[in-house]
Amino acid sequence: MEYIDRLPSMDLMRSEKMMLAQLILPVESAHRAVSYLGQLGLLQFRDLNDDKSPFQRTFVNQVKRCAEMSRKLRFFKDQIHKAGLMLSPHPASETDIELEELEAGLAEHEHELIEMNHNCEKLQKTYNELLEFKMVLQKAGDFLMPDGNHSAAQDTELDENVHINSDYADSASLLEPMRHGYGYMQPGMSDQFGVKFVSGVICKSKALRFERMLFRTTRGNMLFNQAPADDPIVDLASNEMVENTVFMVFFSGEQARKKIHKICEAFGANCYPVPEDSIKRRQITRDVLSRLSELETTLDAGLRHRDAALSSIGFQLTKWMNMVRREKAIYDTLNMLNFDVTKKCLVGEGWCPIFAKTMVIFILDIFHNIADSQVGIIFHVMDSNESPPTFFRTNHFTNAYQEIVDAYGVAKYQEANPAVYTVITFPFLFAVMFGDWGHGICLLLGALVLIAREKRLGSQKLGSFMEMLFGGRYVLLLMSLFSIYCGVIYNEFFSVPFHIFGSSAYKCRDATCSKARTIGLIKVGDTYPFGVDPSWRGSRSELPFLNSLKMKMSILFGVSQMNLGIIISYFNARFFNNSIDIKYQFVPQMIFLNSLFGYLSLLIIIKWCTGSQADLYHVMIYMFLSPFEDLGENKLFWGQGVLQVILLLVAVIAVPWMLFPKPFILKRLHTERFQGRAYGILGTSDMYSDDEPDSARHPHGEEEFNFSEVFVHQMIHSIEFVLGAVSNTASYLRLWALSLAHSELSTVFYEKVLLLAWGYNNFMIHLVGLAVFAFATAFILLMMETLSAFLHALRLHWVEFQNKFYSGDGYKFKPFSFASLTDEDD
Amino acid sequence: MYGFEAMTFNIHGGYLEAIVRGYRSGLLTAADYNNLCQCETLDDIKMHLSATEYGTYLQNEPSPLHTTTIVEKCTLKLVDEYKHMLTQATEPLSTFLEYITYGHMIDNVVLIVTGTLHERDVQELLEKCHPLGMFDSIATLAVAQNMRELYRLVLVDTPLAPYFSECITSEDLDDMNIEIMRNTLYKAYLEDFYRFCQKLGGATAELMSDLLAFEADRRAVNITINSIGTELTREDRRKLYSNFGLLYPYGHEELAICEDIDQVRGAMEKYPPYQSIFSKLSYGESQMLDKAFYEEEVKRLCLSFEQQFHYAVFFAYMRLREQEIRNLMWISECVAQNQKSRVHDSVVFIF
Repeated sequence: MEYIDRLPSMDLMRSEKMMLAQLILPVESAHRAVSYLGQLGLLQFRDLNDDKSPFQRTFVNQVKRCAEMSRKLRFFKDQIHKAGLMLSPHPASETDIELEELEAGLAEHEHELIEMNHNCEKLQKTYNELLEFKMVLQKAGDFLMPDGNHSAAQDTELDENVHINSDYADSASLLEPMRHGYGYMQPGMSDQFGVKFVSGVICKSKALRFERMLFRTTRGNMLFNQAPADDPIVDLASNEMVENTVFMVFFSGEQARKKIHKICEAFGANCYPVPEDSIKRRQITRDVLSRLSELETTLDAGLRHRDAALSSIGFQLTKWMNMVRREKAIYDTLNMLNFDVTKKCLVGEGWCPIFAKTMVIFILDIFHNIADSQVGIIFHVMDSNESPPTFFRTNHFTNAYQEIVDAYGVAKYQEANPAVYTVITFPFLFAVMFGDWGHGICLLLGALVLIAREKRLGSQKLGSFMEMLFGGRYVLLLMSLFSIYCGVIYNEFFSVPFHIFGSSAYKCRDATCSKARTIGLIKVGDTYPFGVDPSWRGSRSELPFLNSLKMKMSILFGVSQMNLGIIISYFNARFFNNSIDIKYQFVPQMIFLNSLFGYLSLLIIIKWCTGSQADLYHVMIYMFLSPFEDLGENKLFWGQGVLQVILLLVAVIAVPWMLFPKPFILKRLHTERFQGRAYGILGTSDMYSDDEPDSARHPHGEEEFNFSEVFVHQMIHSIEFVLGAVSNTASYLRLWALSLAHSELSTVFYEKVLLLAWGYNNFMIHLVGLAVFAFATAFILLMMETLSAFLHALRLHWVEFQNKFYSGDGYKFKPFSFASLTDEDD
Repeated sequence: MYGFEAMTFNIHGGYLEAIVRGYRSGLLTAADYNNLCQCETLDDIKMHLSATEYGTYLQNEPSPLHTTTIVEKCTLKLVDEYKHMLTQATEPLSTFLEYITYGHMIDNVVLIVTGTLHERDVQELLEKCHPLGMFDSIATLAVAQNMRELYRLVLVDTPLAPYFSECITSEDLDDMNIEIMRNTLYKAYLEDFYRFCQKLGGATAELMSDLLAFEADRRAVNITINSIGTELTREDRRKLYSNFGLLYPYGHEELAICEDIDQVRGAMEKYPPYQSIFSKLSYGESQMLDKAFYEEEVKRLCLSFEQQFHYAVFFAYMRLREQEIRNLMWISECVAQNQKSRVHDSVVFIF
């Protein structure tokens, strides 16, 4: 016992010792003090205003201002992104600015930018209009006068046209001659016949519906001419290029004109007046072109100006964003604090690891000296009934393993941390299922690439899949190393056996080796020194031997890992001074597991050492069914029968031992305490009164002891353990099953794909076979199999190992720290 | 009669049902409403909503907020969710989802037509339209002069076309006509929706016929109350009632001849489900009737989430979200106009 206590403490085994600290900060310097603590990042503030909604808190206005500022910053970022500029990744190192200054600056910048955008938009709009006008003018020329010559016979045709026009609804097939007819329309014609026209530009996607609507409203008394516009135009609302269509509608009558204008308006079509006179038209076109080129230069200048302004903002944007994010975090933290009675100080409570106490005090001292305020900051430790948060100090290497454990549940405060063992057992159990040194080398290369690029990859944002791989790079490293090790033992390299450790001990019966699969091999030399003999591959003894080996091995690993779990529960009980758990839980559990499955492991080892032919199934089954019967040829050692009876008896006794005593003892302890409390009540009533209402010191009332509940709980626990001993041991057989599946799969790919392809004497078939083999190896064996072995290893740790000792109902230590403020809101 | 929906429903509808149930759990809770009702300014409301699912929609709004912005953004969220569901949906769910928006379409048509009649700007009117009820060429409605033109020019292309068969007249549009048109369209719409749901069968038919019957009865009561004292004849009034629902046909006979609110009440109290609604009101009062009906509706909508494998959850979710937006609008208006004492008057809690 003393020896155990004298062992050096393991850092990762128990979470850091925590203390509840109270801080009393003068209001005027609270903000800066909190920002110092944020830089240190080792204090987790408790929310003392839990019952208040966010806008009832003290610093709500500041939080709102920060939100407003970050909105402006997002606006800038968006604008910069739209303008196609880059954010400068390294913040400019200028002198610090105050928040008020920044706020004013941001408002100014925003105002400026909005105005510039507004101007740009106005210019762009005019520009678009002119551009559209230009297109309409160009196309209108084609509509009105395709050939440019005036035929003498036009008058008769025109008459025909008007006639056809009125019958338009009846004969749509006459469209062509009509269109042709209008081609000859000449100046002055509209006055003559009362035919007018409206021309303009409409979005291409709406053109068809537009035409249909016009047709319906005028009951077909119109002519719709259209031509695709030459260049797309920038749509101001969505900032995208839009294809447009130039149209020209001919119609007659005042009523129709009104309706057509309304429809144009409704469809958002821009109408432009086009003079019928071609000379006038040419003149206007010239005007428009000159104005267009003028506008273009103005527009360019405006854009350049805006880009300059944006890039000057972009230079500092990252810094400003960081600053605003910090300010917001500080005010959020300040909102968790309470005012004291005098309203001059803020009172805060928070968890802090004990090792950090001196650092916190040191920081606060420095701050006090700098700020030289009248009132110092008071920092003192308080008692607490609440369970402190769990904090493990991990490094690059152990972090991923701790994450694996935390994914199941965060350890209770100071509970034994399974991550300590997981670091080795996890990759090892993975490798038992993934034993192939060829695949292992592939994984190793991948892991080494990730580790070599650690610095570069760590600083950039990765996709979710890469992020996961990168996070688990050290897990991957150990997994690959162990699978190389296991692969050497299994003698598997993409399912090809290799003679690494000397020559094989076996050889074929004849020269052709035809009977290897049916009858077997003959032993000629010494046993193969390390791992599985390569000659067995494909022989009769391969599968029976490997299955027997892997199955027994799985049970040995399982029993030892479960024993480790129960032993850790002993250390937990010792640590928390819980002797009941040791006597009535640890001891019977240990006895139960080892008298059944510990004995099985012993038998396996004896069988291996002696080379006996005993049937272990038979031994185990008849140990329960008829313990007094003679073992016969299955006897492995002297006194086995007696030992079995004793073990069975002990196991049967262990069950009630772990079920009954504990709840009764708890009940007795509780009644003893209750009797003593007759005097205690008066005393405690005083204690309540001087207690601060929102404090963690607040003692929770003595919990009601419900015997039936405790008993049922204990019963469930015991039954789970007893049944679990069987099912968990069986569960470890997955080590065997997955390992078998992996080797069979790789054999299939090697023999049925690669060797089959090599059988042909054709280069193309070789190439195809190689490609299929490479893909199958990469995707099925390296990715899917890795994933499945990973998941099974995960299960073995979470369920079979951790349920022996791990409660995992703690909560994580989340200190207030600027370092952890990443851009989660972007 | 239940079919074997449990066996096949999830093939096409399972994903979306899960989605809609997820959306539903994002509705504001009692605690949210409590906090919202205590807000002092619209900024407080924004701040509170930023912690809910509306957060991303409101976070980029510059600070002097208006009630319209809040409502607009909240509606935008609903529309986004609706569009997401519609794009994922297969037949017949997609048709069902489209049916849900026809009510808004009718309202939009009426809004634009009435607006043009009073010579409002079309763009301004378009902004007021509910985004769920938008269709192509809605703006062209302004061109039409009478019902016939309305139908021939614009509505013939929309899903509302079949509902128009009842109200094609050459009369010029006026307020009364438009209102009658709205109710006739709504009647045809509800009946069509009802038939469609009956065709779907199973739990959808059962739940939706209940919900739609309630809707039809509520409209009948509203038509009656609104037409008291107008020149609408009894027969015309009778024609506007939908031909299904709890009140059909005998309740409609009674409602058609009602001359004041107490007679309506007398007619309605013969139906046990509506007794509880009217028992909350004092005699002669019709102000709070809307709220009472909304409360009853919300209760029924929430109940439809208790069953699985049916489409009524989509209808119920859309309605609940709309009710929530109405609540937010009322709260924001009260806060903006410093009428905080009236906050609880019109808020219908959804739990």
